[in-house]
Amino acid sequence: MAGQVDALYLYLVLVSAVMTVLIYLAVVVLAVKFRRSAGHKAEQIEGSTVLEIGWSVIPFGVMLTFFIWGALLYFKERTPPTDATEVYVVAKQWMWKIEHMEGQREINELHVPVGENIKLVMTSQDVIHSFYVPAFRIKQDVLPGRYTTLWFKATQPGTYHLFCAEYCGTSHSGMIGHIVVMEPRDYAQWMTGGPSIPLPEAGKQLFSTLGCSTCHRFDIQGRGPNLQNAFGKPVLLEDGRTVMVDDNYVRESILNPTAKIVNGFKPVMPTFQGLITDEQLNALVAYVKSLGQPAAGTAGAQNQPAASPAGQTQKTQVQ
Amino acid sequence: MASAAIPANQVPEKKTNYLTNGYSVKSWLLTTDHKRIAILYLISITAFFFLGGFFAMLIRLELLTPASDLMHADTYNKAFTMHGMIMVFFFLIPVVPATLGNFLVPMMIGAKDLAFPRINLLSWYLYILGGGLILHCMLTGGVDTGWTFYTPFSTAFTNTKIIEAGLAAFIAGFSSIFTGLNFIVTIHRMRAPGLTWNRLPLFIWAQYATSIIMILGTPVVAITIVLVAVERLFHLGIFDPRLGGDPLLFQHLFWFYSHPAVYIMILPSMGVISELITAFSRKRVFGYRFVALSSIAIAVIGFLVWAHHMFVAGISLYAAMIFSFLTFFVGVPSAIKVFNWTATLYKGSISYATPMLYAFGFIGLFTIGGLTGLFLATLGIDVHVTDTYFVVAHFHYVMVGGVVMGFLGGMHFWWPKISGRLYPEGWARLSALFVFVGFNLTFFPQFILGYLGMPRRYADYSQMPEFQVLNVLSTAGASVLAVGYLLPMIYFLWSLRYGPLAENNPWAAAGLEWMTASPPPTFNFDETPVVTWEAYNYDELDHLKEQKEVAVG
Repeated sequence: MAGQVDALYLYLVLVSAVMTVLIYLAVVVLAVKFRRSAGHKAEQIEGSTVLEIGWSVIPFGVMLTFFIWGALLYFKERTPPTDATEVYVVAKQWMWKIEHMEGQREINELHVPVGENIKLVMTSQDVIHSFYVPAFRIKQDVLPGRYTTLWFKATQPGTYHLFCAEYCGTSHSGMIGHIVVMEPRDYAQWMTGGPSIPLPEAGKQLFSTLGCSTCHRFDIQGRGPNLQNAFGKPVLLEDGRTVMVDDNYVRESILNPTAKIVNGFKPVMPTFQGLITDEQLNALVAYVKSLGQPAAGTAGAQNQPAASPAGQTQKTQVQ
Repeated sequence: MASAAIPANQVPEKKTNYLTNGYSVKSWLLTTDHKRIAILYLISITAFFFLGGFFAMLIRLELLTPASDLMHADTYNKAFTMHGMIMVFFFLIPVVPATLGNFLVPMMIGAKDLAFPRINLLSWYLYILGGGLILHCMLTGGVDTGWTFYTPFSTAFTNTKIIEAGLAAFIAGFSSIFTGLNFIVTIHRMRAPGLTWNRLPLFIWAQYATSIIMILGTPVVAITIVLVAVERLFHLGIFDPRLGGDPLLFQHLFWFYSHPAVYIMILPSMGVISELITAFSRKRVFGYRFVALSSIAIAVIGFLVWAHHMFVAGISLYAAMIFSFLTFFVGVPSAIKVFNWTATLYKGSISYATPMLYAFGFIGLFTIGGLTGLFLATLGIDVHVTDTYFVVAHFHYVMVGGVVMGFLGGMHFWWPKISGRLYPEGWARLSALFVFVGFNLTFFPQFILGYLGMPRRYADYSQMPEFQVLNVLSTAGASVLAVGYLLPMIYFLWSLRYGPLAENNPWAAAGLEWMTASPPPTFNFDETPVVTWEAYNYDELDHLKEQKEVAVG
């Protein structure tokens, strides 16, 4: 992606340089040629509609190329591939907390394997932050109260700057870290270090300890919707609207359950606002997500955590 | 009021002008003369400019070295907030309308004063009240949100003086609404006989367009400030998601005003540049209608582009595309102006007097500022460079490179009219050079810094020592720039006493303001002028001059 951004940037720099030189040259040449001198008089010119329309329309045409190229690139930057590995990011004053699906946690560092599509699902515990990796030319604000996403594919192993780009208070300039891009083999090694419970598994435990499972049942119709295979599909609401069951909808339904009631259910669920942390919320969302995914991937992530990195390594090698 | 009480014991043979019409403090503080109010504004706005500049120097000095060593990070955050607030609300927005605009709008249209002289005075008092509040806020602890007040940081996570700072901006906003209202009514109702819309100086068109934005946009930021205060004081959920609010709503409301506010700043300076280019080329502007209407176009389209500040904030893909497209659209009228000014030079009789040097400087810097604006409008590029020094460089090119160059050019051009004295030309040219060179040295390196990825508002970059060289260049440039800004203040003051007396029309320029005395009498014109000519009738003026010379010869 960085290469594509740089290509567009270079195009803009070239066009701008040409424009700037043309305007500067015109001003200098005209100012010298028609400088005030004895016996020389200004000649009045009213204007020229043809010229003026010309220098309105032609630059606009050039600008349209900026627009189209820029919009296409943005579309790519903002549309994560479906096979991307998800990583949760929780920002707070003034640190980045990273949670891998496999359960590994990091602070101010994000380890990723080279060549793999990574999708970050991000939220903030307090104010607005912005996840910025200049080397990858990507940036996305991280908001409290909702998820925003960002994706990238690192192509070179190495360590890259991670900055907070949205001013967030005293230590804004200290809210920095690194993206560590590793060879798949090293990454698999890194992943196996340290004990951890996979995120969906942690979510599953919460799902029962918080009592979610008493209403959201999988066997019979409970008081809440059955969440099996719900994620990633549209659902009809009581007021006739349809919403996509995505990270943000699941999050909102936990924190503000009465906002969007599924058709046929009563607004009986209590809010969990302030009762659970963003990390717990992420685990729950990851769990609900795992319920909605095709069985194979879910089973892998849920039952055999150790196999997961190995599986990813394989996938990377195939690519 | 003061103007009505012409002293009876005045020496009869020497005509009084607006400056000699009363010397008491009261005659100034209770004046309703638009020219005196312009002077009051000029003094107070200049004071705020140098205060804002002081904070800029603090920022530049801190960034000279990577570590946060000159001041604590909190102090740095407060310094850039104060710099932004003072420069935006107390310098850039009022500077040209309230000083040159106030002085010139009635004179250029052949009127005795603005439509509402008392409201005009009130707007200065509101400015002073707002300014006093911001000073109070600064002296009692300051604010650390940046001038943008982003929520929920400003409503729930900082314990600095948000309410005071917000109130200061709120009050200053009313000052600007009143100025806009006054100009619109004046331009509609008080033009001299014969002065049709198509004969108006382009400066008036620019002030008119600016006034539209002032009265339509400013109330929105006032409401936004009230909402911030309500959430902060009473914990009503508006922007804070924990209270059921939406933090992006704030950004939409804030930029709905604050983007058009950029045009409040730049349009009046563009108006000044149109006057300068024509006067020093001795030509009618190339394509009068296009230049005049492009001001209105900027004012209107400027209201439709605000979300281009939010491409990475979490708005939808399609919203981003629409706002990107509309942003390119607003580039067109700005481009028209630059091209038409350049074309005006063709076959002119061009003088390199200081005001013209500033006009050249404006074109040079605004071209770069405008073109880099296109980079930011391009979605794929904006994602990388937004919230970095690239943005900082871009808006300084437009606001300082554009607005301040226009203001200084205008000050030099109309100084003989305002003060009745001539400024020293040599020093003035030198300082124009200092400003141009210093400006580029300060801000050009910041484009590169931004593309390399240095985020804005960083007190400390010790983990990224690779950014230091460019920061040192920038700080060096800022010192040159400071000299360039201090010089005019010194020689303008000097000229008040020692400058040669100015004639009524030292530049032989077109425009009604040059047809009255320098400095003008209290009611501007002894007789209401009747206009029978088009704007910038330099051919007629030159023809008349030749006839006179022939007659004398």
